[in-house]
Amino acid sequence: MSELPIMGPALPEIFLAIAVMGLMMVGVFVKPDRALPLVSALAIAVLLVAGALIAAGGGGYQLAFGDLFVVDRFAVFMKLLVIAGSVLAIIMSEGFIRREGMDRFEYPVLICLATLGMLMMVSANDLIALYIGLELQSLSLYVTASLQRDRLRSTEAGLKYFVLGALSSGMLLYGASLIYGFGGTTEFGALAAHFGELESVPVGVITGIVFLVAGLAFKVSAVPFHMWTPDVYEGAPTPVTAFFAVAPKIAAMALLLRVMMGPFGGMVGEWFQIIWFVSAASMVLGAFAAIPQTNIKRLMAYSSIGHVGYALIGLAAGTEEGVTGILIYMAIYLVMNVGTFACILSMKVKGRMVEQISDLAGLAKTKPAMAAALLIFMFSMAGIPPMAGFFGKLYVFRAAINAELYTLAVIGALASVVSAFYYLRIVKVMYFDEPAEAFDPVETRGLKAIIGVAGVIVLAFIFYPSLLADNAAVAAVSLLQG
Amino acid sequence: MEAAIVFLPLAAAILAGFFSRFLGGDRFANLVTCSFVVLAAVLSWITFFRVGFGGEGAEHTIRLFRWVASGDFVFDWALRIDTLTAVMLIVVTTVSALVHVYSIGYMSHDPAKPRFMAYLSLFTFMMLMLVTADNLVQMFFGWEGVGLASYLLIGFWYHKPSANAAAMKAFLVNRVGDFGYGLGIFGCFVVFGSVELDQIFAAVPDAAGTTISFLGGEFDAITAICLLLFMGAMGKSAQLGLHTWLPDAMEGPTPVSALIHAATMVTAGVFLVCRMSPIFEYSDTALTVVTFVGASTAFFAATVGLTQNDIKRVIAYSTCSQLGYMFFAAGVSAYPAAMFHLTTHAFFKALLFLGAGSVIHAMSDEQDMRKMGGIAKHIKFTYAMMWIGSLSLAGIGIPGVAGFAGFHSKDVILESAWGAHSGIGNYAFWLGLVAAFMTAFYSWRLLLMTFHGPARADEKTMAHIHESPPVMTVPLAILAVGAVIAGVALAPWFTGHHMADFWRDSILILEEHKALENAHHAPMWVKIAPLVFGLAGIAVAYWVYGRGLERGRAAGQFLGPFYQFSLNKWYFDELYDFLFVRPAFRIGKLFWKKGDGRVIDGFGPDGVASTAGRAAKAISLLQTGYVYHYAFAMLIGVVLLVSFYLLFGH
Repeated sequence: MSELPIMGPALPEIFLAIAVMGLMMVGVFVKPDRALPLVSALAIAVLLVAGALIAAGGGGYQLAFGDLFVVDRFAVFMKLLVIAGSVLAIIMSEGFIRREGMDRFEYPVLICLATLGMLMMVSANDLIALYIGLELQSLSLYVTASLQRDRLRSTEAGLKYFVLGALSSGMLLYGASLIYGFGGTTEFGALAAHFGELESVPVGVITGIVFLVAGLAFKVSAVPFHMWTPDVYEGAPTPVTAFFAVAPKIAAMALLLRVMMGPFGGMVGEWFQIIWFVSAASMVLGAFAAIPQTNIKRLMAYSSIGHVGYALIGLAAGTEEGVTGILIYMAIYLVMNVGTFACILSMKVKGRMVEQISDLAGLAKTKPAMAAALLIFMFSMAGIPPMAGFFGKLYVFRAAINAELYTLAVIGALASVVSAFYYLRIVKVMYFDEPAEAFDPVETRGLKAIIGVAGVIVLAFIFYPSLLADNAAVAAVSLLQG
Repeated sequence: MEAAIVFLPLAAAILAGFFSRFLGGDRFANLVTCSFVVLAAVLSWITFFRVGFGGEGAEHTIRLFRWVASGDFVFDWALRIDTLTAVMLIVVTTVSALVHVYSIGYMSHDPAKPRFMAYLSLFTFMMLMLVTADNLVQMFFGWEGVGLASYLLIGFWYHKPSANAAAMKAFLVNRVGDFGYGLGIFGCFVVFGSVELDQIFAAVPDAAGTTISFLGGEFDAITAICLLLFMGAMGKSAQLGLHTWLPDAMEGPTPVSALIHAATMVTAGVFLVCRMSPIFEYSDTALTVVTFVGASTAFFAATVGLTQNDIKRVIAYSTCSQLGYMFFAAGVSAYPAAMFHLTTHAFFKALLFLGAGSVIHAMSDEQDMRKMGGIAKHIKFTYAMMWIGSLSLAGIGIPGVAGFAGFHSKDVILESAWGAHSGIGNYAFWLGLVAAFMTAFYSWRLLLMTFHGPARADEKTMAHIHESPPVMTVPLAILAVGAVIAGVALAPWFTGHHMADFWRDSILILEEHKALENAHHAPMWVKIAPLVFGLAGIAVAYWVYGRGLERGRAAGQFLGPFYQFSLNKWYFDELYDFLFVRPAFRIGKLFWKKGDGRVIDGFGPDGVASTAGRAAKAISLLQTGYVYHYAFAMLIGVVLLVSFYLLFGH
């Protein structure tokens, strides 16, 4: 019998895995009508404990499971963002799932499982570990997307997501195998060492990277691997969309960063064109395609495509400053997206959810507080100072300028001008159009709190940027030195 | 005291314009403006006697405070008080005070009296600013200020489209002149290094002969500056070419026509030339141009005045013509004669305008002389006043003894033109004589058509005819006194033996320019000629219009094209419309429709926006909803990226 592998650094993940199984047991054995609230509450508690464990574990560079698993400051930073996204998603969904016929306790369990997958992704230090984390996350998400089984749109969304996700996983695996073929290993550190010795990079490796990036770009919904996003965002139940828009994006971005800056960190000059193209295409498409949209969830899908494009500018720069910019961008993106989706979840007329932009007409008169909050989020998304969204863009654009990616920065600036159109259109509809039917009151305290707190954070970020920026910088350093 | 003269009207304008609503309405506005301006007039007369007859050293400059100090570009707000200014002070404040009082009666039915009185006072302030300026920029301030007041007052009845159009026309035509005036100021700064009058005048003799190069051409600096300044003067004083606004300006209330468009503002150009005499004296070319333009205007405006039917337009063209006299007097270096005529003209022309106003008031706002006639016995006082004004305008008097005011000043101008002993002087002299004939003719034509013959107005109007109230007739009487005695009283000082003591340094006439001196020794025929021409004009007017309008109509038909040419004001308006107005509209339309609309909007905001819209539609078409399309897009993406590396990598 061999020695047990080192498992300590993976304690939060191990805890979460066991706890999720426990949650399932709880759900099965309590009465059906009490199962959902209880499991939801427990799930939140479990996630919070996992988060506490992550934070307590600290950020020193540690390996586990025979170097398959890595913990560093970067991992801690990203995992906390992921946990925050998951917790908020469960809180936000409370009213919705009860009302819309998806009140099954599996929902919080699936969220927790997906979160577990994401945590594994963030800490992956090996192509195999990467794939396992990715698939755990993806499979959970496919199911949640189609959780509203009796709604055609929901099942269609889940199916589309699944089919295309399978394709992307295939590409990722193909890329991984090519890389293994040329590198002789799947472990990131060894790959980095091996490629560092090469004088010129074989075409096969580049091809492998392209395929690998294609698989990961699918997860962050970057162009041209974004096609699923609008359909899934629109079709999936709104709380699920809110979850999709936040946590998986952060985890996939973390994974992309770790892969590109880790094993291939020495070859930035070889692969930055891929990211450059994907980033520029995402920004442009996100800006233009959102213009004709009338459904606000679909609009948010294109918005998220655009935001991923901006964040990827930092990766195209390939510098520590760029990575810092991405981390800041994703954190701010989390806050404003959660806030926006909390507002969308409050778009309810006489107990029926509405999701057309025109339904927001005259919101400033019927619900001034909510209109003001949405105004703040829209301004922030459009990148208008002094909202937080402006600083997110500022950091990545600065990284691009310092890395002499002028064209990309200009494309980004122009795209953000175009995208301002549809963000401001929402503001215009809310403030200048004749009032439509008034919304019902915001139904849960959780939603109210999320809208309020997110709004305050977006507004107040300008006063305390260093709280986030310093931590992001430390995390970026740990990624590059690890 | 001088500062009080200038700023009392401003205070009156502010009080009446902004506060009369709170302080007692119309009565307050009337009281404050009239009393302040009358006070200013009294102070002006005191100043006039002190400065004009005070001998050497009576002139002085009051520095109020520094206006601009930017490197070498330094000047103050300052009041320059010398004889020239003092003459203008009495002219402006006296006429203004009388017009203010007259307006109380004339505007009594108007709902916006405080506004009217405030504008009048504002105008007075600006005019005083103009005449007291001791640097060109301050003069420009007053210059533009009177333009503004003129604009506001011409368009006072802003509900009338014709009044608005006339106001704009006055403003725009004046801009042309102001453009030249502005360049003249720049030129002074370039050549003399200062815009202060004293420094400019001191530097002129040294600067004679220097040149300015512009667009590859060399121009005599002094001539260029003089001509540019004169361009400003032409605009303000409605000289030939830039005169078109003045007749239209009659759209304003009649007191405005009397004050601004007869007695004061339009004479600002003459004042400017006299004020700048130390420069003009050094450029014979400029003086020749001034003489030519002045004489031509005197003749041109008189011919147009012959045929006009609107009572105010006749007087307006007469004003234009008389301003021409003043200019050609200045052009032959007889500046004192120009100022003399300016002063007398202010009295008799204001008298004529206010008298015409009294007629219009009596005739229920009728201005067409063809619809008047036979009203002499109803408004005897006004009739008498108009006679006095016309006698003065026509220059009737006994040579060598005495006459009406216009007799003295016009004669000395014509004698000076003769006395210049130059080709251009003779040109001015003969045109001036012919114009004098025409002046007399149209003056009596006006009198005869308005007051004599059968009544042509309808019965309702005739029944309503009444003499104006004392508040209107008293100012007329005072002006009539001026129109009678101003010539006799002022001639010795303005152009006679005491001339040098009176004007002192405020006007410069070089030794070699002897026109005014020669005028005193003119032969008898030169002295008599203007009177003969004037009397002939009156006689012809009686022969044509003595018994109604038939002979006039027949004469018009007999003269055919000549009559039409005069009636249509030499087709200046049509010509300008064709040359400037319509091309300007066309260019404007071109830039608006093609330039802004199609090019800038088309490729700019609209074009970008619609392109973005189309791009957005096209992109959203890609989103078909079919999974295999989506998968295809992903594969294409991978293929493109790999191909890129295979083709371009390394």
